[in-house]
Amino acid sequence: MDNIAGSKSSLGWAVNITVLVIVVLWLIPTVGLFVSSFRDRDQISVSGWWQAPFAVDLTFRSRAASEPVQQDGLWIYEGNLFAEDAALAQTFGEGSGEITAFGNRGTQPAAYVAGEEVDLGDGETLLVNSDGTYRFTAAEEPRRPPTVYFEAETPPEFTLDNYRTVLTADNMDLAFINTLTVTIPATVIPILIAAFAAYSLAWMDFPGRGLLIAAVVGLLVVPLQLALVPMLRLHNAIGIGQSFLGIWLAHTAFGMPLAIYLLRNYMVGLPRDIIESAKVDGATDFQVFTKIILPLSFPALAAFAIFQFLWTWNDLLVAKVFLPSDDASKVMTVKIADDLLGSRGGDWGILATAAFVSIAVPLIVFFTMQRYLVRGLLAGSVK
Amino acid sequence: MNPIIAGLVTIVVGVGGCVGYFYLSNLLLDKVIFPARGENISRNINRANAVRPWLFMFPAIFALGLYLVYPVIGSFWRSLYNRAGNEFIGFGNYQALFTSGDFQVAFFNNLLWVLVVPAASTFLGLVIAQLTDRLSWGNIAKSLIFMPMAISFVGASLIWKFVYANDPDIGLINAIRDFFGLGVIDPMLVPFWNNFFLMVILIWIQTGFAMVILSAALRGIPEETVEAAIIDGANPFQIFFRIKVPQIMGTIVVVWTTITILVLKVFDIVYTMTGGEFDTEILPSFMMDYMFRDDGIATAVAFVIMIVVLPVMIWNIVQARRELR
Repeated sequence: MDNIAGSKSSLGWAVNITVLVIVVLWLIPTVGLFVSSFRDRDQISVSGWWQAPFAVDLTFRSRAASEPVQQDGLWIYEGNLFAEDAALAQTFGEGSGEITAFGNRGTQPAAYVAGEEVDLGDGETLLVNSDGTYRFTAAEEPRRPPTVYFEAETPPEFTLDNYRTVLTADNMDLAFINTLTVTIPATVIPILIAAFAAYSLAWMDFPGRGLLIAAVVGLLVVPLQLALVPMLRLHNAIGIGQSFLGIWLAHTAFGMPLAIYLLRNYMVGLPRDIIESAKVDGATDFQVFTKIILPLSFPALAAFAIFQFLWTWNDLLVAKVFLPSDDASKVMTVKIADDLLGSRGGDWGILATAAFVSIAVPLIVFFTMQRYLVRGLLAGSVK
Repeated sequence: MNPIIAGLVTIVVGVGGCVGYFYLSNLLLDKVIFPARGENISRNINRANAVRPWLFMFPAIFALGLYLVYPVIGSFWRSLYNRAGNEFIGFGNYQALFTSGDFQVAFFNNLLWVLVVPAASTFLGLVIAQLTDRLSWGNIAKSLIFMPMAISFVGASLIWKFVYANDPDIGLINAIRDFFGLGVIDPMLVPFWNNFFLMVILIWIQTGFAMVILSAALRGIPEETVEAAIIDGANPFQIFFRIKVPQIMGTIVVVWTTITILVLKVFDIVYTMTGGEFDTEILPSFMMDYMFRDDGIATAVAFVIMIVVLPVMIWNIVQARRELR
C-alpha cells in the first residue's frame, strides 16, 4: 500500500533487518534449550550452548599403565597419556588430542603449561608435551604409577545420552504416557457436548437464549482457581477423588465455555438458506445438526480441538490439584516442575531434554495445524 | 487398571454416551412423549420443539453449572470458614489476608503484571504485525514468533532458565555480562526487577497471540482510508498511528483484556522459576501455596482474583449483548 507513495524502498531494509532481529531474539531461548539437550554433561558445565560447535578445554586424568624403566639411577615412566587409558583413547582418537596444560594434583589440574619440564620436588620431574607424550622421572622407586591431570582441547560432542537418561531412568516415559492419557479424552469429549449446545444457541429459537449466550461469555473469564477447592471436595465426597476420571471431567468442563463460544460464533455464520431448505424438506433438528452443521463446522471443531489439546497438554494447575501426587500418575509438567527441578536442579542437560520432550508434541501439532489454530483465534476475537 | 486402557475406555464410553444421549433423548421426545401423530399433532410438535434446545444443551449447562457457576458460590462460602472448615469466621480470612505482608506483596506484584504484561505484549504484537505485513517472508517470521504459544509455561520457564541462570556458562545474560567484564548476577535475586524478568517470559509467549489477531485486524482495514492518507502526504508513522491504530482499537481492547485475564490465571511461571521466593509472589501462586494446607485462605485468594476479574467480565458481557442485537 505504501509503495504508492514510494516509501517502501527507503524503509524496506530497515524493516527487514528489524524483523530479522526480533525473530532471532524470539528464537534464541528455544534454540538454547534444543542445543543443550544434545550436549554432553561435562561440556555443558564448562561452556555455554552458543559455544557448542567449538572445542572446549576439559580436564582429564590419566595414569601410567606400563612398568617403569630404570636408567641412570632414575625410575622413568614414558608413553602417551592418551594411549594409557582406553576411554581417553576413544575420545581423542589417533593423534587428534592437544594438551594445553597439565598438573599432578587433582586440585590444580592445569598448573603447568604443556611442553614445560617441571620439578615436582622429592627428586621427581614431569614433562607433558602437547601431543600427549610424557616423561616422569623419580629418584626413588615410586610405590604406584603417577597420576597425571591434564587439560585438553576436546572436540564438540553431541549425544543422545540425555534422552536415554530422561526416557528410561526418570520415569519420564510414564509421565509422557500419563500426559497423553489425560489429554486425549479431555480433548475429544467436550467437542461433541459443546457442538450440540452451540447449535442450539446459534440456530434454535427459545426464550432465554440471549441470556445463556451472555452467561457463556461471562464464564469464559471465571478464574479456574475458584473451582479448585470446591470441586476437589465434591470429587472426594462422591468417590472420584484425585484420579484420571476426575481430571477428565474437570478439563471437559473448563474447556466448555471456549468451545461453545468458538463453535457458536462459527455456526452462526453458516448460510441460513442451507439450513432452512433442509428444514423445508422435512429434516429434523437432529438431522440438520449431524448431516449439515457438523461437517460444515469442521474448521471450528479442529480449531477448538487444537486449543484444548495444547491447553490440557501444557496444564500444570489442574493436574496438580485433580491428579494424585504419586509418581505413577504424574504428568510431564508436574514431573518437571516438582521432581526434576528439585532433584536434578543443576543437571542442565537433563532439564533441557525433559523440557524438550514435553514441548515436542505441542510444537508438532502447532506447526502442522497452525492454519486452523489461527482461524480459531480469529473466530474468537475479531468480528 | 492401566491408565491407557482406562483412557481408551473413557473415550469410547464418553463419546458413545454423548451420541447415545443425544440420539435417544431425541427419539424419546419425538416418538413417546410428544408423538407427531394423533389428535394433538400440532401442539405436540410445538412442545417438542420447545423442549429440544434444552435437551441439546443439558450436558453443557450441567458441566458449566457444576464446574464454573457452583464453585463461585462454593468458594465464597468456604472462604468464610476457618482452616478446618468447621467454624464460621465471617470475613476473617479476608482480614487476615489484607493485613498479611506476603499478600500485599503478591497483590502489588500482580498489579504490576496486569499493567505491564498485556501492555507490552499488545504493543509488541502490534508493531510486529505491522512490520511483517508486507514482507515476503512475513508469514514465516510470524509463525516463529507465534511458536511460544504452543509451549507450556513450565517448558517456557525452563527455556528461560537458560537465559537467566547465574552461571556464565549456562545463562545468556551472565555470559554477556561476563564478556563485558561485569560480575555475575542472579537475575532472580535482584529486588523488584526480578518481577519484570519473570514477566518477560509471559510477554515472550503472549506477543505471538496479540500479533496474529492484530495482523488479521490490520489486513481488514479498508485500503481507501490508507490510500487517502498517502495522497494527503502522511508519512508511514502517521499512517500507522493516526489511520490504522484508531480503526483497530476494538480489536486491541479485546486482545488487551484477553491477556489481562490470562495474567490472573498463570501461576506456573512464578512457581517454576522462583517458587514465590524473593518477593516475586503473585496471587495465583500465592493461592497455590495455601492449596491443600488452608482451604479457607486459598478460597479467599481465589475470590479476590474473581473480584479483580469482575469488571472485565461485565464489560465482555455488555459487548457480547451489543453484538447480539
